[in-house]
Amino acid sequence: MSPDYAGLFLALRPEGALVLGALTVLALDLSVFRRHSGDLRMALAAMLGGIAVIGAGVLTWMGPHGSVFGGSLMFDRLAITTRLGVLALVLVSLGIASASRAPRNAAEFVAVILFASCGFTLMAAAQQLLLGFLAIELASLSLYVLAGFEKTRPTSAEAGMKYFLFGGMAAAFLLFGFSLLYGLTGSIDLPEIASRLPADPRNPLLVVAFVMVLVAFGFKVAAAPFHLWAPDVYEGAPTASVSVVASASKLAGFAFFTRLLWVGMPTAAGSVAALPVSAGWLPALAAISLFSMLVGNFGALAQQNIRRLLAYSAIAHSGALMLGVMAAGEFGSAPVFYYAATYGLAASGAFGVIAVVERTGPCQKISDLAGLHRRSPLLAGCLGIFILSLAGIPPLAGFFGKFYVFATALRLGGLAGPAGWLVVLAIALSALALYYYLVVLKQALVADPDPEAGPIKVPILAAIALVTAAGLVVLFGVAPSLLLNLP
Amino acid sequence: MNALPCTVYISLTGALLTLVLGRRSPGAARVTALGSALLAWGIALVAAYQFHPSPAGLQTLVDVPWIPQLGIRYHLAADGISLTLVVLTGLAATAGILFSWNVEERTGEFFAFYLTLIGGVYGVFLSADAFLFFVFYEIAIVPKYFLISIWGSTNREYGAMKLVLYSFAGSALVLAGLLWAYAAGGAQSFAIGDLAAAATQFSHTQQVGMFALVFLGFGVLAGMFPFHTWAPTGHVAAPTAASMLLAGVVMKLGAYGCLRMALPLFPVGFVFWQPVIAWLAVIGIVYAGLIALVQEDFKFVIGYSSVSHMGFVLLGIAAANVRAVSGAVLQMFSHGVIAGLLFAVVGRMVYDRTHTRKLADLRSMSLYRQIPFAATVFVLAGLASMGMPGFSGFPAELTILIGAWQTSPWCTAIAAFGVLVAAAFTLRVIQVSFFGTSSPSVAGPSHTAAMAPISVPEKIGAALLVGATILVGLKPDLLLNLIEPALRSPLFQGVLNGGAS
Repeated sequence: MSPDYAGLFLALRPEGALVLGALTVLALDLSVFRRHSGDLRMALAAMLGGIAVIGAGVLTWMGPHGSVFGGSLMFDRLAITTRLGVLALVLVSLGIASASRAPRNAAEFVAVILFASCGFTLMAAAQQLLLGFLAIELASLSLYVLAGFEKTRPTSAEAGMKYFLFGGMAAAFLLFGFSLLYGLTGSIDLPEIASRLPADPRNPLLVVAFVMVLVAFGFKVAAAPFHLWAPDVYEGAPTASVSVVASASKLAGFAFFTRLLWVGMPTAAGSVAALPVSAGWLPALAAISLFSMLVGNFGALAQQNIRRLLAYSAIAHSGALMLGVMAAGEFGSAPVFYYAATYGLAASGAFGVIAVVERTGPCQKISDLAGLHRRSPLLAGCLGIFILSLAGIPPLAGFFGKFYVFATALRLGGLAGPAGWLVVLAIALSALALYYYLVVLKQALVADPDPEAGPIKVPILAAIALVTAAGLVVLFGVAPSLLLNLP
Repeated sequence: MNALPCTVYISLTGALLTLVLGRRSPGAARVTALGSALLAWGIALVAAYQFHPSPAGLQTLVDVPWIPQLGIRYHLAADGISLTLVVLTGLAATAGILFSWNVEERTGEFFAFYLTLIGGVYGVFLSADAFLFFVFYEIAIVPKYFLISIWGSTNREYGAMKLVLYSFAGSALVLAGLLWAYAAGGAQSFAIGDLAAAATQFSHTQQVGMFALVFLGFGVLAGMFPFHTWAPTGHVAAPTAASMLLAGVVMKLGAYGCLRMALPLFPVGFVFWQPVIAWLAVIGIVYAGLIALVQEDFKFVIGYSSVSHMGFVLLGIAAANVRAVSGAVLQMFSHGVIAGLLFAVVGRMVYDRTHTRKLADLRSMSLYRQIPFAATVFVLAGLASMGMPGFSGFPAELTILIGAWQTSPWCTAIAAFGVLVAAAFTLRVIQVSFFGTSSPSVAGPSHTAAMAPISVPEKIGAALLVGATILVGLKPDLLLNLIEPALRSPLFQGVLNGGAS
């Protein structure tokens, strides 16, 4: 292959914009913003970061289509929509960051978020093992830093450390899996790998390889039994960091691994459409999906802490999303993308509300939200929309996401096999899930506030971010075609 | 007729408006809510007046592509059955607002949730696409939780959660059944006609399974025994207007879903389950009636009587001939009006004044002397509920029983016994609650002094509902002429076996 550097440069302009934005934020913070107070510095840094993200979004929109640099990067529908989605979610997270209690080094916080987004956008398009691994590591290392950013607060430091240890382990698994794939096929390009994989999916080396890949996948998107980091990170990390972990990181993870599995190893997929299942990575994915839905939903039932509750709900949603991944080979990745993107909107929005509430006092227990409807009707209304979307109530986007994924997964083989049964289980569990979501809303919308709790003032940037996110959740729910018709 | 979709839009816009206005002035929120309810009801009445049944059944109002990727259309349509229920919804909504004129706490939000619920209900009755139907159906679920848990009374958080989880679990079953049918039919379309056409190719097992899921899911909301327990607790916990809506129209959503979706889509599955449904309906009629007979709480009596009366609707549907099913639809209308009236008397007229619903306490108050208007209305409503000729309950239950006799005489005989039980618990509660003998030791001045007179909105609301039940009781053809042609449409032909028409 002859390297086409001009094409590569054109294709990677969005990443360039992000890196440039990050450097600008750092430089300006060191020089011009130095004299300003913490809150203003945070807002300015977030605004600059937002401009960089919007610029990256525009460049993505105008960017090339098709394969670039000899197929290392693939700008297909999934890649472009995911890149746009990731950038939009990061934008919401930046709005939230501007509202949270300013960390000591605001500009660094924003810059690291931008580096993480750079990793996400690369993950969305990577079609080569090495590039993919680098993209994941860029994103992950940034996220470890974000999780432990408030290093003087023990829970944040613990979150960062835990995330890092689990993440390092998962990265080792992934790298080992990749090396086996390379050893089996002699190539690091996904389409090449697909054509050279051993024909028998029960080849022991191949099994080890895809199991390693699935472990990393499970870690990246917080699917059981690789979810153990999630509740602690969600609880301890700075709220704006959690919002990135819960939204953009998840979307990028699903896009990358959907591509890796279906483009790189389609012949090793096996089948779960009917009994008896045939061996491959699909049955393993089905098991992960089952575990995640059970652990997530039943775990969430027992939570007193709003952040841990949302963490378990994230695990449950990952389980449901796996159903979409299973069907992506035959029916396309649109359901996975739609679900992950709208889930990210709702989840980061919910954390945004928590971040604003935190300005006046701690927001850990569910009862810390009590009487939100009195303290700030705007926050209560937004939280209502986000939580009901997570619960899958129409006409909000969360409902259509679930519906689309379930409908697609059922087309695999009706109720004849595990895929169909998992759909039925997922539908049943969504009724269970409504309980814990309503417990949250009961505090926010029904209960009376603590007599000492005063009204909450919502900073303007955060208000814009939250209202936009809530508006999009409603809009994409009422008119899903808007999102499905993206380039 | 073509303005019918506006009922949905008006209600949802009204919800937004009341939410905004309520922050400034509760009075403006009330007037806006009443205005939107009246407007929507007016549209429904005009449409029903001008309606000409067509042999095809559903007449399309709006039909545009919504989510082309999945073959989902925004398709609203109406026939005589939906019109009957749309008119009922308008009536119940208007009356409910009149009876909640005294809501002072978070007034704007109250009417916002209330009107959202109404908008969802209108949408369900007008949907001709299964996906759209389901969306509206779920829109009607969540507001119930907030209406009950914020403005409710006895044990409200438990009642609200139980009611919403039952409804949502039911809708999950429906979703599973519909998705199964959609996927098995090649995932082309959610239009009811297309799904029904695809379902003819399904195996017997598939039809039986899909019917069970969909019917059971809707049956939960219709108060089908043994999944009815949410209804009494929920109705009792709910504020007056919400109980009126819950018993009046929301339970009808379940029955309507059974009739509009489960039966036409899976006729083979229906034949398999028909006896089970008939017996469950009959057990519900008698069992809930007997429970109502021994309740000590005024509102629980009405709550269980709702379950008992909804049993007749299910029995009519299970009988599957034109007469019985048209009786079932008539009973939906009739029970919607009567249950609304009963709950209005219990919740608003009596409880808001006496602050007790215990029959033992009420017995000592001789309420007929203090609030004679309430006593009169309750006696009228009680007579209607017992199925006295001249009120709407009579033609409805009679039509069901005549129709059901042709299919399952045994069930019908037992159901007729249920009518007696209904008479027993109604008479008991009338006697005990309003015409008890006041013993001077208990009925001290504290009771008599504090009783506010019946307000004007209450009188108008009661007059509307009493008027409706008498009008339909004297001239049931008004509605039956709308309902019967709808049941002769091709979609229902396959599942209803003619009957003695």
